[in-house]
Amino acid sequence: MSMRTTITSQFEQVAREQERQLAPLSDELALLESGLDSLCFAIIVARLEDALGVDPFSAAEEIESPVTFGDFIRLYEDSCS
Amino acid sequence: MPQGSFHGVDATISLADLRQGSCLGGRLAGLRGRSVLIASKEQLPAALALVELDGVARRMVLCPPDLAPEHFASIVATAEIDALVGDAAAPAAAALGIPQSVRILSVPVPPGVLRAASYETEWILLTSGTTGSPKLVLHTLSSLAGALTRPAALGGGSVWSTFYDIRRYGGLQIFLRAVRGGSSLVLSSANEPVRRFLARAAKAGVTHISGTPSHWRRALMSGAAQSISPQVVRLSGEIADQVILDALRVAYPRAKVVHAFASTEAGVAFDVDDGLAGFPATLIGQPGAKVLMKLENDTLRIRSSRIASRYLGGSAEPLVSDDGFVDTGDIVELRDGRYTFVGRRDGAINVGGLKVYPEEIEAVINSHPRVQMSLVRARRSPITGAVVVADVVLAGVEGERPATETLTREILEACRRVLPAHKVPAILRFVPALEVSAAGKLVRPGA
Repeated sequence: MSMRTTITSQFEQVAREQERQLAPLSDELALLESGLDSLCFAIIVARLEDALGVDPFSAAEEIESPVTFGDFIRLYEDSCS
Repeated sequence: MPQGSFHGVDATISLADLRQGSCLGGRLAGLRGRSVLIASKEQLPAALALVELDGVARRMVLCPPDLAPEHFASIVATAEIDALVGDAAAPAAAALGIPQSVRILSVPVPPGVLRAASYETEWILLTSGTTGSPKLVLHTLSSLAGALTRPAALGGGSVWSTFYDIRRYGGLQIFLRAVRGGSSLVLSSANEPVRRFLARAAKAGVTHISGTPSHWRRALMSGAAQSISPQVVRLSGEIADQVILDALRVAYPRAKVVHAFASTEAGVAFDVDDGLAGFPATLIGQPGAKVLMKLENDTLRIRSSRIASRYLGGSAEPLVSDDGFVDTGDIVELRDGRYTFVGRRDGAINVGGLKVYPEEIEAVINSHPRVQMSLVRARRSPITGAVVVADVVLAGVEGERPATETLTREILEACRRVLPAHKVPAILRFVPALEVSAAGKLVRPGA
């Protein structure tokens, strides 16, 4: 499964569990307009850490907060490379 | 003459033999007025020493068997220990700078020594502090026995038992009940399998048996719960949720199920025997009650003749507030005329600024029929500070019906039905077992 697919399916699953209307996911979608709140993101990041073995947000280096869904995916792709 | 016996894991001593003999080899006189450290591996030698030394020693420190060796030096200093009474497993007195050492005999040897009581002996119990080194809590027989009904009221033929070690407050209460009533007592042992302990208790005809909710969950999991037929099943030491109370009522339909609120510092506050978790609102704020209870910052505070006096040690924090109340550290919540325990104040998890108590979530998870017990803990989150995650132990034989995604979903949905989003575990993991401390409590990370 590619990084993108893994991340997408986590977004979708968490949105379903939290009964949120998820906006159509595209690289340009602003995360703040995705329909997910910070708790949703916290859950997604925790589950991605278990699935992928990385949590780029807790990495030692300063990271630029991702603004869009595309930024989010790139952040994970960069961490795993 | 008392009829009962102390049943240890590998020996039984009758109370009559104990009254007529000495377990200290006749060396009791030399211990008069001393501050004695009682250290033994099994509980029976400690029980014998306690009975013999009370009234004679100035102070007795009840040393639990699992005490890490690095704590001995500070305990000896803080309690001003000048005598060690122990078994073969006890630390060497000389190495700790203790001038006198007496071996506890495994069987009391006559003649008994005339025990003129000259002291109101201080009973020092150890309780876990947040920094790792134990706190020394000062009680006397008067504060310890304050909650006990008079021996005559107990009725003949009672046989007591407890999963607890009697050197801890919960177990000590049972020990005192047995001794005062001249009744038999079945003692547990640290590494003994639950089945074997229950078999011994059954053989002795146990009528009253006490433990923490975690002890009882493990007993129900052991498959040997039915080997005993007690009249009274008692819980204390941890929050007793409705699930465990109901499970015990089903397992022991002829028994009375009682849960007690008690702690080493606050003593025994109250018993609840109506089968419901929590306690009636009427218990709070009753002026003139034997046990005064009040709330401050949602935390339960207690004042009674059963509370401990103080912590030993110069730098020790005050155990009792200026107005004589002990802060139990337990958060309670009022709902429909009943208070329920929400959790330990220092166990709160902060999820995006919202406080979450693990016990509340565990109670919901535990209500699923396939769940035996659970542990909710914090997982650090770069987004919200923390999220809650849960470790779950399933009921039944391991491997019999393995966990599935469906089960995970069911449990989380049950949580979502009654809990707000931030209290629903972000991740659920199935584990074969959860660690229960020597004191019978679920081990919480960072606790």
